Amino acid sequence: MRLLEYKGKELLNRYGVKIPRGAIVKSLDDIDVLNTLKFPLYAKAQVPFAGRAKMGLVRRVDNIKDAENAARDYLGKVIQDYPIRKVLFEEGVNVAKELYVSITLDRENRGYLMLASTEGGIDIEEVARRSPEKIVRLYIDDYEGLRDYMIRNVAQKLGLEGSAAQDFVTVAKAMYRVFTEYDSELVEINPLALTTDGQLVALDVKVMIDDNSLYRHPDISIEDSDYTTEELEARKYGLHYVELTGYVGIMANGAGLTMATMDLVKEFGHEPADFLDVGGGASKDAVREGLKMLLIDDRIKAVLINIFGGITRCDEVARGVVEALNEVKTNKPIFIRLKGTNEEEGRRILAEIGLKTYETAEEAMEALSKVITR
Amino acid sequence: MGMAILVNENTKVLVQGITGREGSRHAQYMLQYGTKVLAGVTPGKGGQTVHGVPVFDTVEEALRKFPDINTSIIFVPAQFAADSVYEAIDAGIKLIVIITEHIPIHDALRFVNYAKRKGVTIIGPNCPGVVSPLKSKVGILPNHIYTKSGPVGIVSRSGTLTYEISYHLTQAGIGQSTVVGIGGDPIIGTDMLEVVKMFEEDPETKYIVVIGEIGGTMEERLAQYIGSGKVTKPVVATYQVGQHHQAREWDMQEP
Repeated sequence: MRLLEYKGKELLNRYGVKIPRGAIVKSLDDIDVLNTLKFPLYAKAQVPFAGRAKMGLVRRVDNIKDAENAARDYLGKVIQDYPIRKVLFEEGVNVAKELYVSITLDRENRGYLMLASTEGGIDIEEVARRSPEKIVRLYIDDYEGLRDYMIRNVAQKLGLEGSAAQDFVTVAKAMYRVFTEYDSELVEINPLALTTDGQLVALDVKVMIDDNSLYRHPDISIEDSDYTTEELEARKYGLHYVELTGYVGIMANGAGLTMATMDLVKEFGHEPADFLDVGGGASKDAVREGLKMLLIDDRIKAVLINIFGGITRCDEVARGVVEALNEVKTNKPIFIRLKGTNEEEGRRILAEIGLKTYETAEEAMEALSKVITR
Repeated sequence: MGMAILVNENTKVLVQGITGREGSRHAQYMLQYGTKVLAGVTPGKGGQTVHGVPVFDTVEEALRKFPDINTSIIFVPAQFAADSVYEAIDAGIKLIVIITEHIPIHDALRFVNYAKRKGVTIIGPNCPGVVSPLKSKVGILPNHIYTKSGPVGIVSRSGTLTYEISYHLTQAGIGQSTVVGIGGDPIIGTDMLEVVKMFEEDPETKYIVVIGEIGGTMEERLAQYIGSGKVTKPVVATYQVGQHHQAREWDMQEP
C-alpha cells in the first residue's frame, strides 16, 4: 500500500531526514495548530496519487482564514474514489535545486536499487525517457547492505559538495532504514530540495509498504494508505478486486486465470466489469463476499465464474455461491465453470439449487453471451 | 521412465506445516498421487501422525529419522514461513518448494539469496509446486490432470492457467515431462530462464511451454535468451496481460 505523504515524511524524519515545518489538520477544529507555524503555508490535500498540483489539491495560504478555507474545501472531498481525510500544511522552503532519490526492489538481481538524479521534481520515468544519462544507479546487496562510501559516490555524481554531500549520506541511510525496517517496495523523495542555505529537505515523498508485512507494523494504519472503503472490505477476505468499465461480472481464482477470463469475455465481444481474483485456497466466505459485490453492482448484467481448483476446493466455492445467493436476491444470470479439486461435490451442491455448471470457461461464456446483449 | 527435472521417483519429501488445513490435505493428495512423503514437521506437534505420516518438532529430528529426505514442501503460514525455509536450508535439504502465499517480499528476498549462497534450489513462494507425471508430485496441482508423462515441459507463473493448459494437453493425449509452477510473487527462488535451461538439458523434454504474466522483466529476459539461439527445443509461450493494467498491484514497476 501507498502511504500518505505526511506519514512517509514522518517515518523518514524519525531517522534524520529534514522535512519542512508543518502540521496535519483532520478537521476544522484542528486549525489552531497552524498558529505555531510561519505563514505563508502550503496546504496539501493528503491523497495517495501523483499530480495533486494539477488537480488543485495544493495551494498557498497566507493567513489562518485562508488556511481554514482550504481545509474546508479539501476535507471530505472525494477524488478518484478517495475521500480526503487529512490536509498537510507546510512552511515554504527556498529551493536552489531539486533532486530525486529512491530505493526500490531490484527483482531481476534479487536485491535493492537506489536511483538518484539531479532532475528532481518530475517523474523519474520521464527523466529515464528524456535523459537516462542523468540517472545514477546503485545496486545494493541485501546481505551486505548500504555503506557510506557508496552513498558518497552517488553524492559526487549528483554534484553535491561539502555539508550537502554529508547530509546526503544521512538522507540515504534514513531511506534505507525505512526501506528495510518497514518492508517497503519503494521509498522515494521527489523532490529532495537543496535549499539556498545548503540544506537537504524532503519536499514530497512516496513510501509503498508490502501489504503482506502489515501485521508486523502496528504503527502503520490503513487510514494512512491508498485503500478505498471497497478495497478495504475486499482485502479482509483476501480478494483482489479492481473495478473495470464493462458489464460482465467476473470472478476467478488466481490472477492469471482471472486475466484469461477477462480476455475470454472480450473475445466474445463483451466487456468485463471487474477483475476479481478470489485467490488461492479461497474460503466459502471469500467467495460469498466476492460474489455479493458483483450481484449488488448495478452495472453488471451477468456473472461469469471461472474456477480451476488446486488448493481452492470446488465444494467450498459452491457453498460460497449458495450463501451469496441466499443473502442477495438477484435475477442476474450466473454461469459457472467448475473444475479441479472436489469438483463433483461442488457440482452436486450447485445442482441442488438448480445451478448448472460447465466443463470449460468457453462453454460457460458461450451460454452467457446468448442471454445478454451488449 | 525418462528423466524429468527437479522431482522424480527418487524424490523423498518432508512436509513442513503438515498439521495445518492445507498441509494435511495436500500431504494426503501427494500420497494418493504416489509421492514418497516420509515425514512432516510442525513445532509442538511432534509424535502425531497425519495420514500415517509421522510428525516431528524440528526438521533436524525428521532428517535424523529419515536421512533419505531430499525435498521439502512448505505450507507454514506466511508469518512463520521464512523461519521454516531457513530451517530446511540449514538442515541440508537441497530442494524446497514453498506453497505459502503472502510471505513478506523482504523475507523472500533474503531467504532466496541465502539459499543461492548455500546451493539450495527454491521453487516459489506462492507457487503450485512441481509435478513429473506418474513419478512424483511436490505441490498442490490437481492429481487427476497429471495422468500422462510425455515430451512437454511446462514452466509457469500462474497456478490455475497451468492446470488449464496441462488439462488440455492431457486431453489431447500429450503427456508432460515436468510441470513447474514458479510462483507469481515479485521475488522467487527459481525463475523461468533457470527452468528453461533445465528443460533444455533434460533428455525427456522435447518441447517447452512457457506461461508468462505481466510484471517484471523475466519474460523479456527469457525471450532474449531464446532469441540468442541457446535453446534448441521448440518453445511455445503465452503471456497473460488481460486488462489488469488498471490494477494497483502492477502499478509500481521499476523505472
